[in-house]
Amino acid sequence: MLELIKQPWSWYVAGVFIGLTVPILLLLGNKPFGISSSLRHICAACLPRNFSYFKYNWKKEIWNLFFVTGIFFGGVIANLFLKDPNLIIIAEKTKAVLQQNNVKDISNLLPVDIFSWQSLFTLRGFIFICVGGFLVGFGTRYAGGCTSGHAIMGLSNLQWPSLVATISFMVGGIVVTWFVLPFILKL
Amino acid sequence: MTQKNNNTTENLDEFKENTESVIYSSENVFSKNIKFLVVGIFFGITFVKAEIISWFRIQEMFRFDSFHMYGVIGTAVVVGIISVFIIKKLKLKTITGEEIKIEPKKFSKGQIYGGLLFGFGWALTGACPGPLFAQMGYGFSVVVITFLFAVLGTWVYGYLQNKLPH
Repeated sequence: MLELIKQPWSWYVAGVFIGLTVPILLLLGNKPFGISSSLRHICAACLPRNFSYFKYNWKKEIWNLFFVTGIFFGGVIANLFLKDPNLIIIAEKTKAVLQQNNVKDISNLLPVDIFSWQSLFTLRGFIFICVGGFLVGFGTRYAGGCTSGHAIMGLSNLQWPSLVATISFMVGGIVVTWFVLPFILKL
Repeated sequence: MTQKNNNTTENLDEFKENTESVIYSSENVFSKNIKFLVVGIFFGITFVKAEIISWFRIQEMFRFDSFHMYGVIGTAVVVGIISVFIIKKLKLKTITGEEIKIEPKKFSKGQIYGGLLFGFGWALTGACPGPLFAQMGYGFSVVVITFLFAVLGTWVYGYLQNKLPH
């Protein structure tokens, strides 16, 4: 059984589990599934907040911070007890393109060539780690949600603004992957 | 009888909320929210085990070289649609007997501009906000920096909100 869990899970198992999070959170406490709002609560709780976006009672939304803390510990547990000893299998075409672009180490879930402390102090690493992170925070809050809040929760409730957001996420990602990454990866 | 029970739970909820505002004891907050932590743990494990936290899987998705991520998101949406449909159809209530309400999403241009900007970031970091937490937990310590920049991005959005087109 444990061996089975340690193997990479198929898309349909993961899809069902993630989809079920929607009714579970609703039934447990009327909570709309969403993760990027946690970033807002963290700002409201920890940073200067004299503008209207952060003037609300974040303590009422504290369930969301418990939820993301859980996600963190899920990562810890997966690393300690459920690690797959095999290398991650990557599509041949993606692998070939990445190797042409100086992403050599594909042994881990993240490319260590980019996401490491040494890399952080290079221009390439700075763009991936810092600029990328900034855009994730700024973009999701500007869009009013991320993949979970819009693509999963919003679409589950048949909200067309969430479809607009989801299409925009995909277009943004595709544009950067095809037209920008080839240049930054070579930096 | 049910009516009476409902009233009692409602009163109890009200009572709980009142006491919360007066003493806001940390113990109470913890016991009320621990269930969301547990859901988060299962969710985080799923993120790691289905390799959704992998930068490579996101690259495959944006390069159209693998069905994996499309399968994950597609299945999740179908399961979500069916679940929400059932909840509405059967008028299911929360475990504390509250009526389930889902706020509709209002359209704003932010969903396009912000959506594109998040897409740029998603392709760079290989992570949406959820996987960021799981990546940190899994031991990619440098992702703490990605996360701090995401918090900074959120703060800057709050700062600029009124000046941005919506």
